[in-house]
Parts: sequence; C-alpha cells; structure tokens
Amino acid sequence: MSEAQMSEDDADLAAAAAAAVVNIRTTTDYLSPYPDQVLENVLENVLIFLTSRRDRNAVSLVCKSWYRAEALTRSELYIGNCYSVSPRRATDRFKRVRSVVLKGKPRFADFSLMPPDWGAHFEPWVMEMINAYCGLEKLYLKRMSVTDDDLSVMAHSFVNFKELVLVCCEGFGTTGLAVVASKCKQLQVFDLIEAEVSDDEVDWLSCFPESGTCLESLIFDCVECPINFEALENIVAKSPALKKLRVNRYVTLDQLHRLMVRAPQLTHLGTGSFSPSENPAEPEPDLVSAFAACRSLVCLSGFRETVPDYLPAVYPVCANITSLNFSYANITAAELKPVIRNCHKLQIFWVLDSICDEGLQAVAATCKDLRELRVFPLDASEVNDGPVSDVGLQAISEGCKKLQSILYFCQQMTNAAVISMSTNCPDLEVFRLCIIGRYRPDRSTGEPMDEGFGAIVKNCKKLTRLAVSGLLTDRAFSYIGQYGKLVRTLSFAFAGDSDMGLKYVLEGCSKLEKLEIRDCPFGDEALRSGLHHYHNMRFLWMSTCRVTSQGCREIAQQVPRVIVEVFRWNQSIQEGENSDLVDTLYLYRSLEGPRADAPKFVNIL
Amino acid sequence: MEVVSILGEMKGKMKYDETELRLGIGLPGNSNKAVKNNSMHVSSGATNVNGKRGFVETTNVDLKLNLVSSKVESDELVDQVADSKEIKNLLGGAGSTDSVVKPPAKAQVVGWPPVRSSYRKNISSLNKAANKKGDEENEKVMSSPMGATFVKVSLDGAPYLRKVDLKMYKSYQELSDALGNMFNSFTIGNCGSQGMMDFMNESKLMDLLNNSDYVPTYEDKDGDWMLVGDVPWEMFVGSCKRLRIMKGAEAIGLAPRAMEKCKNRT
Repeated sequence: MSEAQMSEDDADLAAAAAAAVVNIRTTTDYLSPYPDQVLENVLENVLIFLTSRRDRNAVSLVCKSWYRAEALTRSELYIGNCYSVSPRRATDRFKRVRSVVLKGKPRFADFSLMPPDWGAHFEPWVMEMINAYCGLEKLYLKRMSVTDDDLSVMAHSFVNFKELVLVCCEGFGTTGLAVVASKCKQLQVFDLIEAEVSDDEVDWLSCFPESGTCLESLIFDCVECPINFEALENIVAKSPALKKLRVNRYVTLDQLHRLMVRAPQLTHLGTGSFSPSENPAEPEPDLVSAFAACRSLVCLSGFRETVPDYLPAVYPVCANITSLNFSYANITAAELKPVIRNCHKLQIFWVLDSICDEGLQAVAATCKDLRELRVFPLDASEVNDGPVSDVGLQAISEGCKKLQSILYFCQQMTNAAVISMSTNCPDLEVFRLCIIGRYRPDRSTGEPMDEGFGAIVKNCKKLTRLAVSGLLTDRAFSYIGQYGKLVRTLSFAFAGDSDMGLKYVLEGCSKLEKLEIRDCPFGDEALRSGLHHYHNMRFLWMSTCRVTSQGCREIAQQVPRVIVEVFRWNQSIQEGENSDLVDTLYLYRSLEGPRADAPKFVNIL
Repeated sequence: MEVVSILGEMKGKMKYDETELRLGIGLPGNSNKAVKNNSMHVSSGATNVNGKRGFVETTNVDLKLNLVSSKVESDELVDQVADSKEIKNLLGGAGSTDSVVKPPAKAQVVGWPPVRSSYRKNISSLNKAANKKGDEENEKVMSSPMGATFVKVSLDGAPYLRKVDLKMYKSYQELSDALGNMFNSFTIGNCGSQGMMDFMNESKLMDLLNNSDYVPTYEDKDGDWMLVGDVPWEMFVGSCKRLRIMKGAEAIGLAPRAMEKCKNRT
C-alpha cells in the first residue's frame, strides 16, 4: 500500500477537512476542552463520503488520528485473501462495517490444480462477524468454502441482511439456500454465480415468504437441481422490485414465458434452458411478445440447452442489450448472424467458438461498442484445428476498437493477429489468449509467439492483466518485464526456457500483485529474484515448476510476513530429501502466522 | 481424496479375469485373490494404501471393474496405464528430466485448458448431445431437455446426496474419478462439531479402511441393486437409475443375484 494516488475528489475532501480544522482552532469563542476529538469528528463526517478502498488505505497512513477516523468510517471491508488477516484483527480495527467482501482460494483452484479441502473456510469469519457486525447488510464471497451451517448462522444472526452474493463457492446445498430464503426477511439480492450447490432435495424456492419478497435480484443459473416452478412463479409475481432474474436450466421455454409476462420490468434475464419441454404447451406461447414487452432489458444470458429455432424470439431486445452471454449456446455462425446484426449497443459478449471465425467477423461488423469479449471452447481437447483462429482475432481487432478485455480460446494463432490487436485496440486492459495446443508456434511463420505478446505489453499502455500461451521463449518474458509496468495479474503456463524468464518478470513488473504459473521451467534461482517484491504481492502460485523445498524454505526464512505453503501429492517422500521438487508452491502475504486449519498435504515452511 | 482411496482399495481386491465373469468382491478374506495372467491391472504401485496417497494417484484410480473381454477394453486399459504414467512425468515428480517433455497429444493434462470444470461438464454434454442427435438407444432415465442421464449418488454416512450425469463419462474409470472428487469433501461417520478435522485424522481413516469396505452399487431399471461394473459401460448407463456406495457388509448378498442376472442376459 505505498504511494496510492488520491483522486481529485478526495483531495478536495482532505482540503475541506483541513480547512475545517483551521477554522475551529482559530475561533477564539469556541471553548472545547478536546480539540483533537473535534478534529476527529469533523474528519469522520467528511470521510464517510470516501468510498474507494485504495484511497481509504492512503488516508489511513497520514497519521494516527486519521487512521482511527478512517477505521471508524469504513463501511465496506474488502479482504482479498482470507488468510492475510485473521477475522479478529479485521473486526478489531474496523468496527462499523456493513458490507464484507471476502475472497479465498486462488484462481487455479477452479481448474482442479488445488486439492480439495485446502481451506478458505467461511466459518471462522461468520462466527466473528455475528458478534462484531450484527448490523451486517451485504456479503460477497468468492472461492470460499461455505457450509449450510454457516449460511444458517448468518441467516439467523444478521437481522438487517440484504445482499448475499456467492461466486465460485462450494460446500453447501439447497439446505442452506432454504434457510436463507426463509429467515432473511429483508433480502434484496440473492445471487449464486458459478457456485457448486449440492442437491439435498430441499425445495428452497418455497421457503421464500409466500406473500412476496423485496427481492431485486435472484440469480441461480448455476444450481444444478430441479426446482419447484410454481414457487418460482409466485416469487416473480409478488416481487415488484425484481430487476434481475437468472434461472437455471430446469426452466423450459414455456415456463420462461410465464415468468416474463409477470415481470416485464426486468433489466437482466437469464433464460434457463431455452428449449421446450417434452410436452410443449399448445398453442405455443408468444415469446416474441414477451421479449418485446421487456423494454428495459439490457443483459441477456442463459441459453443452456438452446434450440436455435427459437432464437428469433430475442430480436425485439437486441437493439437495447449491452450484455449478451451465449457461452452455453452451441450455435453456428448462420444462427448467430440474425441476432447479432441488431446488437449495436453490445458491450459485453460471451460466446462459444461454435460460431467460428465467420461468426466473429459478424460481431466485428456490428458491435462497434464492444468492450469485453470472451470466446470459450466447445471442445477443449488439443487438436490441430479449431473453429476459431487468428482470422477471428484479426477481425475483432479491426472492428471493435474500443475493446478493453478479451479472453480467447483457440487452437492456432499468429503473431500478426496479436500485433494487430495491440495496435488497433489501445484501450486494452485485459488480454488473455489461450492457445489450447501447448507449445504451439505461430501457425504461419513457425516462430514462437514472443513478438505478439511483446507487442501487447508494449502498445497497450493500460494493460493490467495478461495471460500467455503458445510457444514462448525467455524473450517474451523479457518484453513483459520491460514494458509491463502497470501489470497486476499474470498467468503463465507451459512457457519459457529458463530461470531468466521469471527473473525478467519479477525484476521488471513493479506493480505485480498476482502471479500464477504452471508447468514452466522456473526454479529456485528465479524464485530468489523476487525476494524484494513478495511482500507487495497478494500471492504467488507455482505448480509443476522446478522449485525445490530448499528454495521455498529460503523464501520463508528471508521474507517476513509471508506464508509459504508447499503441497506434495506424489508418493510419500522420505524426510530429509531436501533437493526434491515441490508439486505446488503457494505463497501469500499475511499479518498472521501459519494457519491452523491447513490439511495434511499442505506443508507450511 | 480419502474416499477415493477407499474406492481404490476396492481396486486391489476386485481383480477380474478378462475373459470370465467372475465376481471377486472385496469381502474380508477374499482379498488379493490371485488373478490369472494377462491382468491389465494398473500395478504401478500407486494402488497400495499404505501411508499417504498422492493426489495424482487418486485422480487416476481405476475402479477396476471392467470385465468384458474385448480387445477394445484391453486397449483402453493399456492407454490408461500409459496416460497415468505420462501424467506423472508431466507433473514432474521426483525424477523428472531436465527439459520440459512435450507430451503426446493423447495425454490429458489436469486443469488444461483453463476452463472451469463445472463449465466444462455442462459444455461437454452439449457437445455429446449435438453428436448424438437421434440416438434413441441411450434413453434418459431422469430426463432434462437435452438427454442427460442424471442419477443420484449417495455415500453411506455422508450427509448429502450428489447427482452425476452418466452421459458425461465414457468409462468406469472416469466415473470413479468424478465420484472421488465429489465425495472427498464429506465427513464419513462422525459429522460432529469437529467436522473436517475428524475426517482428516489419518488414524481414524485407517480404522475405517481396515474395518469396512465401500462397495459401489446401483439400482437398475428393474429395481434391483447390482454391483457396479458387472456390465459393459453403455449398458450400465442405460440401466442405472441410482448409485449408492455402501458399506461392504451390506453388499455381500448382492453377488449371487448379480450373477444370475448376467446369466439371464447372456
């Protein structure tokens, strides 16, 4: 938390606070015996308006009284790594928190690279918060392990609870959902995003109050259990504030229609399966009218089992939508075109590569305002040719000049297309290219992909996040270290030649916060080159590289306030064999000592 | 993970001759029945349950329940052996070579490409549905619009049920992996306040392993409970309605019935 810049507004606030202090001090009539306390009160009243956490962190560094005032006025607590600080320490410092954001496992856990039961338990946090923050209103958890008991404790303890958002969490089931639905009477937001929810065969939707709810957002498209549709229909009918509704794939087209006619005020809609039931209603429901009635719709998703014949129903909303998620829809370019050609305002587009380069060209032709594009692979195996390639990327770079964020899966790529994107899209902040075929060179020149990625870091001056793939030598890393001065998150896989690669990055990328590496030939020497920087980072992940336990031990000894976790899951290695490679190194900064809940396969050095 | 090791324990005990439909269930006393030659058993030492079991091994545990003698099945097994060894090399355990080995195209690398596993499951069923349009043979048992075959899976002693889509897997091997991943977050037996800590207590686990065997069973279309692995995979997918991983003691009675059924079928 070094030199964070204060924004202009905050500079004004600070100036106002300073002026107020000067005023009070110079007014001779004022007879307060505790001028410092007055200063703090003034500051508190001013700081309430400060919301950005980075700015608040800067404010808290000014002096002790500003630290105290800031701590008393911070209402949103953001913990990027649940093990970086203990619940007690956090609640001791910040006493008046109404909203908590808590993140647990690192991202590579999503790809089965982390053994289950590693940790990130919500329980110690909830137990602390029910005492310290009884007025808690909002909870946002990402990659945490949450149990039904935790949800129950939460639902029973926070009487003002309004918003629950669980992203990529697991460990709970429909049992927990039922408790939340029935006990949280003021619930406005109930969002489950990419969460793993076990089917306990509990009808949780019926647990919402039958007379109606104050729900504004109900998102459960990831829940893989059948639902009680009547209960859902009742909720939708009796929740006039409902704006966001994303249902799961157990909702058929007929059922979707019934929901839509009751809620034309929706702004965000997740359509569920988007295919008819086994015995479709006769006559077929008028979906087109239902969509036409949703004049405020801006975000469309779902399409879990799309029958393309029904896609034309969405035409009425295309002109207005800014976000479209087709990433579960196995549709062709021909099926996409009539939809996309109307989506002039589209800013966020997620899609399957089934649309091919041709589909991407259609996107590029219409969506001039596109900010974020994600192209996911229908078939994730490593084959020689895929439906999308450098051709699609080139088209997007030429058509969508305002692009800020891209995630692109493909089998083949060329440096030329990547370079083209780097020059055409100067606003790029996130560039994640995944060439599924490992170690693949440029398909037209046979060269490594060094120059392409080099151009990205060099030309995209706003770049903060980068993920690389394909055949890459140390040269690519030297470019990243040299030009990636703003980069905060980096992902490397199957890349590089030697320790030099990682050295370039650790020595060059001064703003680096999150580094995830797998299957690269980086060893202890490379690890050492980051000693000066690890305390500035949220975490470093290295799996299946060349790091030894001796190398990790060195880091643990030399860098204070950093926890070094090492996972081993090969056959048991005899104690004392120091030169063995570790499977995974996960290193993160922390104010606490080694955590007490580490499972057996985790060794904390 | 520990549960998967229980299933893996089964592997050691259920060694089937390729050409014979013999059921050497994991009954105490029947363990390590000598198997005739040609066992394609993955005996890389990874199946021994002594001390710690590695994560890699558990992800490659084979239920070892494939019986049918066909060249295809044998080849599949050989490939599995090769793959598991490849994967071990790839994951660079002790003894990995200096240069990064480029694996043959066939090997499946864990966690690559970086697509979330739940997303991948959903997408792969889309892919299969697209390929199998009009295929009526594998009729859905618990249907959802696009022909997935969801069956409930219960593990004796675990607090919650799970569901799997059998259509997502091509073999008993894959199913075994998925079940292992699914259940290793459960406590077995004592779900008391200590919860996870009890579960991870190794000595308790060893007691569990030594005292009881876990047997995967399923309920078929006729409502009978059968041992998983009696029949070819496709037939299993078509007839399985529900899965239950039960304690070995209860499974003893299943064997004779299963034998009869198979005889009736062939």
